[in-house]
Amino acid sequence: MNTPSLSRPVDRRDFLKFSAFAGGGLVLGYYLKSAGSASAAEVVKPAAGAEFKPNAFIRIAPNGVVTLVSKQPEIGQGVKTSLPMIIAEELEVNWKDVVVVQGDLDAAYGGQSAGGSRSTPNNYNEFHKLGATARTMLVEAAAQTWGVPAGECSAAGSAVHHAATKRTLKFGELVAKASTLPVPAAADVKLKDPKDFKLLGTRIGGVDNPKVVTGQPLFGMDTKLPGMLYAVYEKCPVFGGKVVSANVDAIKALPGVKDAFIIEGTANLGGLMPGVAIVADSTWAAFSARKQLKVTWDEGKAANDSWDAFTAKALELSKQPGASTVHQDGDVTTALAGAAKTVEAAYSYPFISHASIEPQNCTAWFKDGGFELWAPSQNPGGGQSAIVSQFGVPKEKVIVHLTRSGGGFGRRLSNDYILEVAAIAQKVSAPVKLTWSREDDLRHDQYRAGGFHFLKGGIDAAGKIVGWKNHFIAFGSVQAGRGGAAPALRAGTGGNLDAEQFPSKFLPNFLNEISVIECNIPMGPWRAPNNNVFSFVMQCFIDELAHAGGRDPLELRLELLAQKMSGNYDAARMTAVVKLVAAKAGWNPKKFPRGQGQGISFHFSHSGYIAQVAEVTVSKQGELKVDRFVCVCDVGQQIVNLSGAENQVQGSIIDGIGTAMFQELNLERGRMVQGNFNDYPMIRMPDAPGKVEVHFLSSNNPTTGLGEPAIPPVAPALCNAIFAACGKRVRQFPISRTDLRWS
Amino acid sequence: MSKYTLNVNGQSRTVDVASDTPLMWVLRDNLDLVGTKFGCGVGKCGACTVHLNGVPTRSCMTSVSTVGRKAVVTIEGLSADGSHPLQQAWCELDVAQCGYCQPGQIMTAAALLKENPKPTDQDIDDAMDGNLCRCATYLRIRAGIKLAAGLTTAGHGGGK
Repeated sequence: MNTPSLSRPVDRRDFLKFSAFAGGGLVLGYYLKSAGSASAAEVVKPAAGAEFKPNAFIRIAPNGVVTLVSKQPEIGQGVKTSLPMIIAEELEVNWKDVVVVQGDLDAAYGGQSAGGSRSTPNNYNEFHKLGATARTMLVEAAAQTWGVPAGECSAAGSAVHHAATKRTLKFGELVAKASTLPVPAAADVKLKDPKDFKLLGTRIGGVDNPKVVTGQPLFGMDTKLPGMLYAVYEKCPVFGGKVVSANVDAIKALPGVKDAFIIEGTANLGGLMPGVAIVADSTWAAFSARKQLKVTWDEGKAANDSWDAFTAKALELSKQPGASTVHQDGDVTTALAGAAKTVEAAYSYPFISHASIEPQNCTAWFKDGGFELWAPSQNPGGGQSAIVSQFGVPKEKVIVHLTRSGGGFGRRLSNDYILEVAAIAQKVSAPVKLTWSREDDLRHDQYRAGGFHFLKGGIDAAGKIVGWKNHFIAFGSVQAGRGGAAPALRAGTGGNLDAEQFPSKFLPNFLNEISVIECNIPMGPWRAPNNNVFSFVMQCFIDELAHAGGRDPLELRLELLAQKMSGNYDAARMTAVVKLVAAKAGWNPKKFPRGQGQGISFHFSHSGYIAQVAEVTVSKQGELKVDRFVCVCDVGQQIVNLSGAENQVQGSIIDGIGTAMFQELNLERGRMVQGNFNDYPMIRMPDAPGKVEVHFLSSNNPTTGLGEPAIPPVAPALCNAIFAACGKRVRQFPISRTDLRWS
Repeated sequence: MSKYTLNVNGQSRTVDVASDTPLMWVLRDNLDLVGTKFGCGVGKCGACTVHLNGVPTRSCMTSVSTVGRKAVVTIEGLSADGSHPLQQAWCELDVAQCGYCQPGQIMTAAALLKENPKPTDQDIDDAMDGNLCRCATYLRIRAGIKLAAGLTTAGHGGGK
């Protein structure tokens, strides 16, 4: 955490002293011990004296404390623990000697965006080299001290050893000597053989756990600065609406209110939207004043939009050919005409919110012609760039401190709330924290887009799939394409079908086409974007075709995977995880009595190959209970932190269940209807399955991330199990909209 | 604005706030006890759970004027040093992902274990139903409660 301790007053001079370290990340003088104890009293202090700093990420103090900088935003995906583990592994430091500190936004660290499950793969090799470089230098320092060849020395257990003479020097004792040595080129350092890993693949508790369980300040919401003010920001409930007028003078007269003003904003739905800011001396004073706020809005062009009208439009579009082709192989029309049997189905899913449990917030201080920010962001560099272009300040005048985020799920890749607080901070002469209400969060998200799919599939007499057609009706807007392509009506972020979505390129007669409904709803990446809905559609329709042809859903899937035609999809990897999940789950759908069922699915996304089996019970009254999930993941060669990896997959599965079962936002008169957890239900403990079994299948492929790829297979495994249990086919999210009663 | 003297974590604390200020904002903004989290403001997520005379209470729905001399215990006061069995179990099993909801989860669980030291799975589900975990760490929360209650021993399923 980079903000000063909040448990005691911090005077301004102290605060500035802390801030001066913004580039390096080491702000507080001490840190809680990282693992194994929740004791707040137990601290590890780097001792005074010069540290050995072989690179921007590693500092070793003379007392042996190794400080590792975590540069990636921590949003609950566990990178603040797992990435430093990679350095520690190569460094041969005992984990108990490590303290991890959060790095601020700093070009010295390279890219710092946490998205696309890329934090691990983008840094894995580099972090090995960082640790190995420091280890090489420490070994050299010991060898020179002893006057022996470095090749006779080895590092282990936070020390360097000379086996022949049984001599040992602890890392702390080598700090002075190592600091005088040249840093070797990364290509010249030897990485460990994975078979010698001691730390990677083990279970390591999160480095912030002791602070989390004792309630110490960690999150953006916990930021407090001397003299800080508190802000709220009211935007038009209709996306894209503008402020005509507001009773800001009346608001300014309310208790605790320091200022109130209109911000003109822009038309960018992911940027600084128009609104009214209220700044007060406490959060509650700002929240209370907001209840008295009266704004006249120009609601704009989207004021009459509704989900119902969009649905009618989708049905109308479905009767026409798609506006464009996503991918085509062979001649699907002829293939379907010649099929022994055809199946048609319409699938749909609504807009949903990320609903991170920590509402959006950010603290900003405008001073000396620049901004200093304390941001719970997945994309702090994007926030910095957005501020530079919005306010015309130079990049070096935008300092961004990274706080822990109370969930991300893609929401905090957008920096709308950062622009808002910056605009507010420009008008007040003090640090200011903007706090969104939950209603702001649900009604002004960058939403997971809704969509509609109109499918037709054909099978031959043996139940083999001979043709597949999918007309996808997406939501979008007129926007420039990738690589500067001219503006056109395109599907929104997170709701765009690409040519690689399975079973694309596995069927000789295949057509995916797309039409786009123009809307003014902000859209953004939601955990495993695109994939989290397309997997539901594709893997459920495969199941429909299996049942139509009297085929076992597992066997038909393996048949499909065996007929890859083109593309980068690794069918062999997927086949291996599918076979393993079937074995681990004891795949045997016929063994279940009516009312209980087993469903299977698989999906590739974010470099991960994942297969899942769900087991459910559906009562005659239609009550759904998820009994068990079994999951196999191939995310490459190495699981970094087994505890974190398993937690991500278990959480993904329960998140996927809850999202499929309950979540939907309805649009009426251009605004989102649902506003809080009373009408936007999230999964709670009683609906979580009793058993979620996670297996990792190591393969000789690059190690990759686990924040997202386990999400997409969840909903189709679940819905396929529901069909197996009670014969009710779920083709619409949320599942609660489908009558599951049976007799 | 009115002055209220509260009993928070065994200490007498006086604040000068509007009478309708929720206890949650008093704790967070006035007393710098930020372990009590803002999640929804309508009592539906449980992130703001504190104990009032031992009863788990949504501090976002509790006006400061109604607290009186009731003993307020927040996550910071659950133990002096993070040694409450639930805090230790949460670290042992590496329950948290983002961690934002966990103080509220622990406060609700602490009240459960005080009332019912050996809860069944159903007891746990019933007691914890009001606490959302957006990261969906429910399996480890269940396991953490059982570990703290001495119903299981640590082992597979967490971090060390």
